[in-house]
Amino acid sequence: MTAVSTTSTDALVSIRGLRTKLGDKVIFDGVELDIPRGSVTAVMGPSGTGKTTLLRHITGQLRPDAGSIVVDGRELATLDRDGLFDLRERIGYLFQNSALLTDFTVFENVAFPLRQHARLPEELIRNIVLPKLQAVGLRGAAELMPAELSGGMARRVALARAIVRDPMLLIYDEPFVGLDPIALNQVLKLIRTLNHTLGLTSIVVAHELAAVSRVADHIYLLAAGKVAAHGAPDQISRGETEWTRQFFGGEADGPVPFHYPARDYAADLGFTQERA
Amino acid sequence: MSEPQPRPSLIGDSLAQVGALGLFLLSVLAAVPRSLRYFAETVRQVFFVGAMSLVIIMTCGLFIGLVLGLQLYEVLSRFGSTASVGTVVAIALYRELGPVVTALLFAGRAGTSITAEIGLMRATDQLAAMEMMAVDPMAYVVAPRFLAGIVAMPLLASIFNALAIFGAHTVAVTWLGLDNGTFWSNMTGAVDVWTDVMNGVWKSTVFGGVVTLVATYQGYTTAPTSEGVAYATTRTVVSSSILTLAIDFLMTAFLM
Amino acid sequence: MTQRRNHQIGTGLFIVLGFAALGYLATQTTSLANYRQGPTYALKARFTNIGQLKLRAPVKIAGVRIGSVSDIQLEPDRLEALVTLAIDNRYNQLPDDSAASVFTSGLLGDQYVALKPGGSPELFKDGDEIILTQSSVQLEELIGKYLVGSGDTPAKKPAEPESASKQGEKP
Ligand SMILES: Nc1ncnc2c1ncn2[C@@H]1O[C@H](COP(=O)(O)OP(=O)(O)O)[C@@H](O)[C@H]1O
Ligand SMILES: [Mg+2]
Repeated sequence: MTAVSTTSTDALVSIRGLRTKLGDKVIFDGVELDIPRGSVTAVMGPSGTGKTTLLRHITGQLRPDAGSIVVDGRELATLDRDGLFDLRERIGYLFQNSALLTDFTVFENVAFPLRQHARLPEELIRNIVLPKLQAVGLRGAAELMPAELSGGMARRVALARAIVRDPMLLIYDEPFVGLDPIALNQVLKLIRTLNHTLGLTSIVVAHELAAVSRVADHIYLLAAGKVAAHGAPDQISRGETEWTRQFFGGEADGPVPFHYPARDYAADLGFTQERA
Repeated sequence: MSEPQPRPSLIGDSLAQVGALGLFLLSVLAAVPRSLRYFAETVRQVFFVGAMSLVIIMTCGLFIGLVLGLQLYEVLSRFGSTASVGTVVAIALYRELGPVVTALLFAGRAGTSITAEIGLMRATDQLAAMEMMAVDPMAYVVAPRFLAGIVAMPLLASIFNALAIFGAHTVAVTWLGLDNGTFWSNMTGAVDVWTDVMNGVWKSTVFGGVVTLVATYQGYTTAPTSEGVAYATTRTVVSSSILTLAIDFLMTAFLM
Repeated sequence: MTQRRNHQIGTGLFIVLGFAALGYLATQTTSLANYRQGPTYALKARFTNIGQLKLRAPVKIAGVRIGSVSDIQLEPDRLEALVTLAIDNRYNQLPDDSAASVFTSGLLGDQYVALKPGGSPELFKDGDEIILTQSSVQLEELIGKYLVGSGDTPAKKPAEPESASKQGEKP
């Protein structure tokens, strides 16, 4: 596996015509999206637009109803379980809620991907795991259990676990939630450093425009099942479209409804008779 | 049959459940070869489902033995055949009580904790995290627990039986004064290794598989909420108890 | 790591305990317990009726187990049961006029062969036959005899529980 593979474009991930329905709800209705190699790409959007779902598509956890998803030159729909697992071995994924294995220590959680895929000497495992924990500032917490960590600490452990096998693609689902400003700064720096020194590609899902602007090379704004806007951070934050204005201005009214679809409010409260 | 009204059909639901469980069994069996690389995990699970169930199994075995000793001594003394207390206790335990009672206790002790554990793993994305680390949860989480149940149950049932025999002996011989030699010689005269002891071992092996299969299935397919986990835990006890008793009947009727 | 080690040790202990329990149940509470490790010698005995006597039933003297029934055959010519007893070599001091009976332990218990030692100076050797035997006492026959009266079925084969002693010589 060389760094240069057979994609015609320079995109590590390329999505075309993605359509997904979960239950009765249409999540994606023709999403087109490219994640350039070696870049940090942010995916933003109101909560419930399907950012996590998009990540689940990219990692093959969820099959779309239609459309093509190509990751590192391979069409996911054509991969079987082993093929997917091969691919995932080179993807680091930071879950929204950390998803640490609760009956292992912090150290064992980070060592878990190493232990599962190779029989390495204990010393080597320590030499790989401890620097990653050091990078997220939690080397001292190595022997704690996940239940003893705060949400922000657990997130950083999950980050250490995601990068322990030096992946080609690193996916962060809302990595900034629950971090104090110091940890946030460290994590931002880490994302940058990882990207530049290791040359890996990152996808960051987040809401915080300020934080995202500091790391992202590109931003995709998802809304209503489509890509509402994309471009460089300053371009996006200047707010040239209605979508971006509303999203970054934080206004409740606009093309993105703040309210989940509902009956008439007054009728719900019983002020007016509802017409049948 | 003119009304096409859909009504809740107990039989249909049960059949659907059994069918889903059967499919799950197939995928567990398919995952077993892959789970062999996680042998250490299977060992760990034998500890959790087996060794951690010892206290309840031993306590209940002892009490069952004490009760059997008392009851049978009383009843058999009406026929002047208290000499057979040991025989009846042993046969009842080996063939039925040992495997069945152990399986029911096992469902309550180990089955529920397996369901709750896997259910919480589902709810907190740990199973998805394993998938993302290219570790198959069927091979890493489900199969080791299933295998551990199959290994642990016959051993637990044997320990249960040993304690129960001890309890019955205590009552009949030590308290009620039955002759020690009579107790044992009647037992050894009538109990057969293959038709009694090993039958029980086969049964409890199957029950171990049944209980852990139901428990892992319920945990694996639970709704990822605290309510869902609670509900799944209850269903583990109910379904695995019913299945155990039903399979016990089938095995007794057709195989033994 | 130490935790994992503890789990492995715990699992090991559990498995050892479980197999110990199973091994104990299988060998000490079943008919396997009746197999003596030591060498045995064979004695034969003929009975007109052995009742429910089964293979591996105990052979006792004064209530102490000294061996077991190793074979039961019907002799085609005499239509009697030929029972082979495997006696522990430890008990090789049995006088050759000892008598064998089929007894029932308790009212409904299992049947066993009881030996009653005689006074002869000669001892049994391997393969000898026990001449004095007494058949199984059948409950039904007892009832027939004592309850209904003794002279009721003269046409039938004498249902005498005792005195089935054989004096038939055997080389
Ligand atoms: N399994 C599912 N079944 C039905 N709807 C789902 C399911 N999972 C997620 N959804 C819906 O999909 C939408 C997108 O979810 P998600 O991708 O988690 O949003 P977010 O952008 O906040 O990460 C939500 O409205 C959610 O209700
Ligand atoms: Mg999300």
